Amino acid sequence: MSLYYLTAHELHDLLIKKEISAVEINKAVFDRIGSVEDSVKAYLTLTREQAMKTALEVDDLIGAGRPIPPLAGIPIAIKDNICAEGVRTTAASKIIYNFIPPYDATVVKKLADQQIAMTGKTNLDEFAMGSSTENSGFFATHNPWNLGCVPGGSSGGSAAAVAAGEAVCAVGSDTGGSIRQPAAFCGVVGIKPTYGAVSRYGLIAFASSLDQIGPFTRDVTDCALMLNAICGHDPLDATSSTYEVPDFRRCLVHDIKGLKIGVPREYLSEGIDAEVRQVFEKAMSQFELNGAKMEETSLPHLGYSLPVYYLIAPAEASSNLARYDGVRYGFRSEGAQDVVDMFMKTRSQGFGAEVKRRIMLGTYVLSAGYYDAYYLKALKVRTLIKEDFNNAFEKFDILLSPTTPSPAFRFGEKTGDPLTMYLSDVFTIAVNLAGIPGLSIPCGFVNGLPVGLQLMGRPFSEGKLLQAAYTFEQSTDHHKKHPEL
Amino acid sequence: MIEKSDVEHVALLARLELSDNEKEIYTRQLNDILGHFESLQKLDTTNVEPTAHVLSLFNVFREDKIDRHLPLEKVLANCPDREEDCFKVPKIV
Repeated sequence: MSLYYLTAHELHDLLIKKEISAVEINKAVFDRIGSVEDSVKAYLTLTREQAMKTALEVDDLIGAGRPIPPLAGIPIAIKDNICAEGVRTTAASKIIYNFIPPYDATVVKKLADQQIAMTGKTNLDEFAMGSSTENSGFFATHNPWNLGCVPGGSSGGSAAAVAAGEAVCAVGSDTGGSIRQPAAFCGVVGIKPTYGAVSRYGLIAFASSLDQIGPFTRDVTDCALMLNAICGHDPLDATSSTYEVPDFRRCLVHDIKGLKIGVPREYLSEGIDAEVRQVFEKAMSQFELNGAKMEETSLPHLGYSLPVYYLIAPAEASSNLARYDGVRYGFRSEGAQDVVDMFMKTRSQGFGAEVKRRIMLGTYVLSAGYYDAYYLKALKVRTLIKEDFNNAFEKFDILLSPTTPSPAFRFGEKTGDPLTMYLSDVFTIAVNLAGIPGLSIPCGFVNGLPVGLQLMGRPFSEGKLLQAAYTFEQSTDHHKKHPEL
Repeated sequence: MIEKSDVEHVALLARLELSDNEKEIYTRQLNDILGHFESLQKLDTTNVEPTAHVLSLFNVFREDKIDRHLPLEKVLANCPDREEDCFKVPKIV
């Protein structure tokens, strides 16, 4: 097995046994980046020097016989909408193409405290608005399993980097599926934690009531390690929860006997590929084999989640993105007549087409005369969707669905019509609207492309999701497969 | 039905300067998208409370004392134009 395809916990074991050094690990990963990045294009910025410096420090600690944190020296990539002090952070938008954050996001700081080796900043759809990275203001990322296909989005760069061996773990953000959908498309583990579990301080805001940061890893054990590192209360984020974070490693138990799992029929009725359905059914029988009690259930308002999401998210985005006006940072259009002209020219030249479309949509639904009919209506239906989940979790510990209705699509396949692209999030967005955790784990392949399984749970039940995912993973070998690049 | 004039009005609110071509595209696409979302209007939500936020939010207070803040030079380092310790913009009136 190549070094760059080992997991963080495997590498940690080798490090403390002194069978390998952190510098060797990072050299292997940066060599891998050197050989495949031209075809994958996962990164917007590489921070090799910084990573090697941290690796040296970790090696010194080990040499001195000092203990090291579980993720020390591990090469980890960060999505480029999360601020790292002194490292260019663009959200893949031309409007802040040159922004150097004066501070670290809380997750970046927490990972730095673990002495991770940050490999660089990964590509995304501009401001995380998209499902394929085709909306990046710079270039698209390619799916390591099939370079003609998209890696998913918006955290496509993070997912592709982990799948291709260009990072051992990565951090992304998920507003409507932006971690789980690319994790499914790239065959890696991805979790969107409960809203409020991870601080959003330093995350470039898209839709603040839905945004949540989470990890990409190659197995469930690494997912637990990453959650241990990034969860927890942060006074700098007013929506950060004060709940007590468990040690997620203790949830890695190979046992789901008696676990009550519901399968909402709405996920299997419309628009799902026959082959994805087959793979999903096989995964369901694996859960049954492991002793879970499976039962069909219903989330009656699930079908409304797409319209509700595409009213609420653009509304919040239109407000959040008002700050990009060419005054304090980023791009400014030259030659404007006055300040309003400068705002208008800067924003028109700096934002890409999808971002403008969502700002237009969001401004429209919030504008006088339309607020009640669209935005307020969406908030009310959001309540109904949330209640559907509450009702389901009275009876079930976990809900199960495919992460996406079909595997990764080809470039250009959905760019012609925004609605077609929006539909690729149809299975993931309800989780954000309800604020609950959702985890995607590899569960098989269709025509050589990975398929993801989505586990959903009550708020702050990440531990239970990890336990169920771990049991599934230990009984299968999908996570051991890697793309040939 | 959203008209081109609605798109022009919204673009001004959003501080976006759109080309004629963009105005036409967005008029069509906003109609498509919102038309697709009409299903929501059929749902009865008479006694349903809106959910703006999934957490039960409460105000977060802190002590009224000077806390850490970013150094001025770091804050100004990213701005396109400055004069002394201020962000500089084109004339306002």
